[in-house]
Amino acid sequence: MSDRANDNGIVRLPIGIPGFDLIAQGGLPRGRTTLVAGTAGSAKTVFAAQFLAEGIASDDEHGVFVTFEESPGDIRGNMLGFNWDITQWEAEGKWAFVDASPQPEDEAVVTGEYDLGALMARLEYAVRTVSARRVVLDSLGAVFARLGESPIVRRELFRIVSALKKLGVTAVMTAERTHEYGEISRHTVEEFVADNVVILRNVLEDEKRRRTIEILKFRGTAHQKGEFPFTILPGVGITILPLSAMELTQRSSDIRITSGSPELDEMCGGGFFRDSIILVSGATGTGKTLMVTQFMAGGFAADERCLLFAFEESREQLFRNGQGWGIDFQGMEHDDKLRVVCEYPEVAGLEDHLVRMKAIIEEFRPNRVAVDSLSALERVSTIKGFREFVIGLTSFMKDQEMAGLFTSTTPTLMGGESVTEAHISSITDSIILLRYVEMFGEMRRGVTVLKMRGSKHDKDIREFMIDGSGMHIAKPFRNVVGILSGRPTHVGLGEVDRISDLFAQGTSPEG
Amino acid sequence: MTAASPEALAERAVPLPKHLFKLYVTGQTPRSERAIANLRRICRDALGSDYELVIIDVLEHPHLAEQDRVMVTPTLVKQVPPPPRRVLGDLSDTERVLAELHVEPAAAPGPAREEP
Repeated sequence: MSDRANDNGIVRLPIGIPGFDLIAQGGLPRGRTTLVAGTAGSAKTVFAAQFLAEGIASDDEHGVFVTFEESPGDIRGNMLGFNWDITQWEAEGKWAFVDASPQPEDEAVVTGEYDLGALMARLEYAVRTVSARRVVLDSLGAVFARLGESPIVRRELFRIVSALKKLGVTAVMTAERTHEYGEISRHTVEEFVADNVVILRNVLEDEKRRRTIEILKFRGTAHQKGEFPFTILPGVGITILPLSAMELTQRSSDIRITSGSPELDEMCGGGFFRDSIILVSGATGTGKTLMVTQFMAGGFAADERCLLFAFEESREQLFRNGQGWGIDFQGMEHDDKLRVVCEYPEVAGLEDHLVRMKAIIEEFRPNRVAVDSLSALERVSTIKGFREFVIGLTSFMKDQEMAGLFTSTTPTLMGGESVTEAHISSITDSIILLRYVEMFGEMRRGVTVLKMRGSKHDKDIREFMIDGSGMHIAKPFRNVVGILSGRPTHVGLGEVDRISDLFAQGTSPEG
Repeated sequence: MTAASPEALAERAVPLPKHLFKLYVTGQTPRSERAIANLRRICRDALGSDYELVIIDVLEHPHLAEQDRVMVTPTLVKQVPPPPRRVLGDLSDTERVLAELHVEPAAAPGPAREEP
């Protein structure tokens, strides 16, 4: 049967919405209609308009926008914020509206049988006039609201979908949903266009809004399953973050780079790997920002480009700190070898932060990137969103063969681990712990390399001091146990020697 | 009554009649024919000869449907007298049509009714 042949030979149309074609494994089924369903405020109209805008901007594919709800004037105005100049495109014959928005005198007084013949004639006329390849109908709910829940409306919508297929255009139809999770659309319109369904969600989770997109089905073709976060940016529109769709294809380098501290390099077995992600964890004041500062200075000294995202301290503070340790951030920035980007975590959602950070990285092309601190970003997100953010950022950086140093603040002064670590420790290549050690009424600092993927490293917990020239790592704490658990206990040196001897003897008694 | 072409209507210079209707239909289907017949009957009965009727086939004049933002066929648009009103469907429900259009019956009784 010819239908079957069509099903197997579905061609994809890359639609150009950033990230969409990746999760759709190529794009929307070409020449078909896809239903895009979502609750109020889930960005259906933006998706629909962007579908046309990207077609015009990147492929010179013209589009027709049938609006049942907002007036064309409103749509032109609303979309200007995304730099989509619809008025200009209309003048160039690339975009046409079919205005089916409600008119003041347009009450549904039905006096007998009817059809949507006028709408169909206008739609075909518009498609022919601008030689459209893409069509949008936004939204079906408004048609039902106007004409009532009648079998005639269903039959007519079905006819429109068939007509669109005959015209050979790729179409997006939007429909309302009442709940984020439940039936696909309010008027169960999906049965008409059931071949392809995409769902947009805007979920309130832990008092934070989270937008996701899910391809529910593309009949007869493959696509990525599950929800993918997306964000809406001024000047860009919808940007999907296809995090879990990304492949672990990064090469792994064995080239070492300096941490900025020769002693720490030695503890790590010769420095960090060039494309590795390092997590530095410690309580407030243990020296995380100092490690970041040294990491940047070490890069500068090796003639690398360095980028610092600071979410906790201002530029002035960071620069003053640096000066205190003999590091001249200002001069480094002046040489265009360093860029410091300071932002409050609360100014944007994590998805927005990620897109912005990626843009800065792409523009500045650094060799190493530091984020101080991840914990600050965690505050503005859900746990799932945070994990996705870290995966997105790390894989992006690894892809570009950059080293990344992230800091994380532990909630307690002594020992402990932060939520940050619990969720991202498996993503990082190296973990360095900075801990307070209480000894005889004095707070001292300890550092240990907990994990160093692909390399031998020092297993000691070493004491370190901070002075006017930075960080100095000294000898291991030999007679203290329980540092990591936050309960340091002193043991006599005799006991230390005795335990060392036990292990030195080698095999265990049980064999 | 007179039946003007859609183009002629747009460029008319003569004064408008007391009642001006536009009826949008799709092709020459039985539904279209029924709507036209129903409208003629209602007008004749209620308005005598003091009306003008423009019939527009959306397949031939889609741009006119676009101008008037017509979605459904048949759609009856009452242009004159104001306020503009729209009635959807094939106009089989005579009472609703009359009620919606608010047409005043002609002062003089119309021609003898053909129907009982």
